[in-house]
Amino acid sequence: MTPSLQNIFDLLAKMPKISEAERAAIEKFVSAADKQLAIVEFKLDRTEKVKRTTAILLEETIEELEQKRRAIEDSNSVLTKLLEDLKAAQAQLIQAEKMASLGELIAGIAHEIQNPLNFVNNFSEVSKELIDEMNDELAVGNIELAKELASDIEQNLIKIIHHGKRADSIVKGMLQHSRKSSGQKELTDINKLAEEYFRLAYHGLRSKNKDFNALLHTDLDVSMPHLQVVPQDIGRVLLNLINNAFYACMERQTLGKGEMSLHAGHEKSIIASIGYAPTVTLKTITKGNHVKISVRDNGNGIPEHIKEKIFQPFFTTKPTGEGTGLGLSLSYDIIKAHGGELSVLSQHSSVSEDAGTEFTITLPIS
Amino acid sequence: MKFLIVDDEKDVELLFRQKFRKELKSGKITFEFAFSGNEALEYLRSRQPPEVMYIFSDINMPGMTGLELLDKVRNEFPQIQVSMISAYGDTENYDRAINSGAKGFFVKPIDFESLKEELDKIVGY
Repeated sequence: MTPSLQNIFDLLAKMPKISEAERAAIEKFVSAADKQLAIVEFKLDRTEKVKRTTAILLEETIEELEQKRRAIEDSNSVLTKLLEDLKAAQAQLIQAEKMASLGELIAGIAHEIQNPLNFVNNFSEVSKELIDEMNDELAVGNIELAKELASDIEQNLIKIIHHGKRADSIVKGMLQHSRKSSGQKELTDINKLAEEYFRLAYHGLRSKNKDFNALLHTDLDVSMPHLQVVPQDIGRVLLNLINNAFYACMERQTLGKGEMSLHAGHEKSIIASIGYAPTVTLKTITKGNHVKISVRDNGNGIPEHIKEKIFQPFFTTKPTGEGTGLGLSLSYDIIKAHGGELSVLSQHSSVSEDAGTEFTITLPIS
Repeated sequence: MKFLIVDDEKDVELLFRQKFRKELKSGKITFEFAFSGNEALEYLRSRQPPEVMYIFSDINMPGMTGLELLDKVRNEFPQIQVSMISAYGDTENYDRAINSGAKGFFVKPIDFESLKEELDKIVGY
């Protein structure tokens, strides 16, 4: 019994005037109070225990959460590092793609520079001969002949300037291609850019594969306005599309020859290979507030099942080591970044004359 | 004597006309120019019997190459001699040209002195 209730009992014992019945009743109440107190004490004790257990559990949970937070932080920094690595790898791949296409261009560039350089040398030499002759004519007083020779010399000098500038623009174009894109848009003559890459790609391929030849058609819209574009980037897209076109023609030519020996007598195959004239057409056209630049080949076309994959990064039909599989995917990104569209139309067949592929770049004017 | 020069570079005409101006003036030789293999064949076919006795052709041209032209000319016009002029002086091109019946093989940039000697030899016959 608690001391306070004991005091009540002791006090009760010293009170003689209370009846026995009253005493018994009070004692009964005190005993009951004592029992209730014991229950409350027990409950309190139990609550205390629960509280302590909960506190321990809470602490454990907090600890666990902290561990998880740290784990997330760790994987986060791993992911950030991975993302950085990926970005670096992507930049390297883009550079590798650029260098690969530059490699394809080098032979074409050498050939393209050699030609105007020969003209510069030849016209200079012949002009020197003409000057000697002119002096001879002047010495004998033949003014009319001297004047004729002088005008020939003037014409030659114009040719020398023209071919010097031609070589100059080829070198500049080459530097532009290898240089990291400045990302700066400049007012660009798309026709000139496209024609330049058309020739370079052709000569580049020809120097690698002497058996290959193709008809080059150009159908350029001379009234086309100059466009604000990043010339190196658009140049890369054009080079890529043109190279692909030549590659498709080459494939058809090689496949056609194989087919002919495989199915000798198969009329269609023979027609397909004998009558096949590899042709690549470059066309530009202005339509409303857009310009369209298309590169068309008469190769075998793109089979339906791979048509949707061609713009995917790393997708290539070329043998391992020959293509990065990034050409069209990068081209697509470049055209998108210019607010344009890159689309493809293709007719797949190894015998039909209508077979071929046409890629079209659409760019907005202004 | 008529020569046909085939090259896709149009300024070749002006250059040849000036380099051989004395020979042209004397009337010993005349030049005709074609800027593709097809154009050359069309010209040859349009004049029967052929006026051209000798062809100098570039090898690396869009469309028909000089080597293809050589084959076709040897077939259709066996009496016409053909010499090749190429920017690529590699043995592969040289062997193919000579094996296909080319008379001579000149490398660009053209050494006009040796070309003149060749012309003199031809005209002299």
